[in-house]
Amino acid sequence: MGLATRIIPCLDVDDGRVVKGVQFVDIRDAGDPVEVARRYDSEGADEITFLDITATHHDRDTIIHVVEEVASEVFIPLTVGGGIRTVDDIRRMLNAGADKVGINSAAVANPEFVKEAAERFGSQCIVVAIDAKQVSRPGEAQRWEIFTHGGRKATGIDAIAWAKKMVDFGAGEILLTSMDRDGTKKGFDLHLTRAISEAVVVPVIASGGVGNLEHLTEGVIEGKADAVLAASIFHFAEYSIQQAKQYMADRGIEVRFI
Amino acid sequence: MNSVAVIDYGMGNLHSITKALQHVAPNTNIRVTSKKNQILQSDRVVFPGVGAIRDCVNALRQSGLDEVILKTVHSGKPLLGICLGMQALLTYSEENNGTKCLDLIPGEVIHFPLSLEMENGNRLKIPHMGWNQVEQRFNHPLWNKIAAKSRFYFVHSYFARPDDESVIAGTTDYPNTFCCALAWKNIFAVQFHPEKSHVAGLQLLQNFLQWDGSF
Repeated sequence: MGLATRIIPCLDVDDGRVVKGVQFVDIRDAGDPVEVARRYDSEGADEITFLDITATHHDRDTIIHVVEEVASEVFIPLTVGGGIRTVDDIRRMLNAGADKVGINSAAVANPEFVKEAAERFGSQCIVVAIDAKQVSRPGEAQRWEIFTHGGRKATGIDAIAWAKKMVDFGAGEILLTSMDRDGTKKGFDLHLTRAISEAVVVPVIASGGVGNLEHLTEGVIEGKADAVLAASIFHFAEYSIQQAKQYMADRGIEVRFI
Repeated sequence: MNSVAVIDYGMGNLHSITKALQHVAPNTNIRVTSKKNQILQSDRVVFPGVGAIRDCVNALRQSGLDEVILKTVHSGKPLLGICLGMQALLTYSEENNGTKCLDLIPGEVIHFPLSLEMENGNRLKIPHMGWNQVEQRFNHPLWNKIAAKSRFYFVHSYFARPDDESVIAGTTDYPNTFCCALAWKNIFAVQFHPEKSHVAGLQLLQNFLQWDGSF
């Protein structure tokens, strides 16, 4: 008995709808975020993450309403990421009922923001999201750098060094996405996941590439992830959260059943 | 009407606990307040908290809310401490190079040991974050209808170690066994977050709202 490995469904929300790009292009509509969140909660999701991918600024209030509605009836931790740039953005999300916020590009643009946020709201609610891509060539020692703008913009920053720095600055958790794998359904980048998880003391959530239940299991056993995040395999009812937990439990991973 | 005060001393997010209380008891008067009179006039008091212990204790002392908590405890009214609100009840915390706390329950608050491994051989992650099992050490009205070894949601790096082990109402393993719930007279205090712990957490809040402060 002990701490359960968390399974976290992620809802990409665009203008009030759950969407999921498959291999970056084909955006499929996966429903109303409040209904989807309710379903995941009843299936035993350990947390729920909302990623606001709404392009225009004036539509940002939509995600606030979604979080408010979900938080009034779903009593598990809720994380909101996407477009979190200021202390005020964080306050608005927490006031809406989020328990944690994910900070990505704003941390790259200004690492001190993470420090300020952790001091103001506590490390427990600051998740730093890292989008990493392998930059080493075949035959070289593996190396990953962080990318912004959905994987299009290189920063030249080493992913492991960055993760350590973000933890020093007060990140309570790392959400790690492999940009090489995101949307491919080929499984997590296990080497990347393990390298980051072993480098930092805080929990690491593996993300990017889950296509089946074995991928989740590998992420925990080989990638040493403390939590696994997936979107499309749950949205389109390929698998339920419960099935995922049973699969992992059968392979010796401690999970929470409801 | 049954009334509950959630003490607002400027430390963190009180929306989750308020929403959860409203959910389990829609007809209860729930006040998020820093007003001493309101707190003292309420039937029950919730003492939440997140963040760093020194900020927490300083905020309580500066606002005089530390006295209000002491008065509430002495009045016999039910008090529920959550997370930092549990830790602050002890004598002393290691956090922030040592912080004197409210000393209602003799004992100290210490950090999880570094460089330990988890049961699966992975590095022990700190904070202890996620769903862990709670072993109920004795019957208590707040454990009513909650199954043995139910999982609750935790997020913390320090834990309470009371001098008197008979006040330990619940324990959790990470990887060593630590005290995750305290019961002393009209105080019940938990390290986990009942407001984020699904049905077991809501049941605990429901139990608190029905508790008369004795056991």
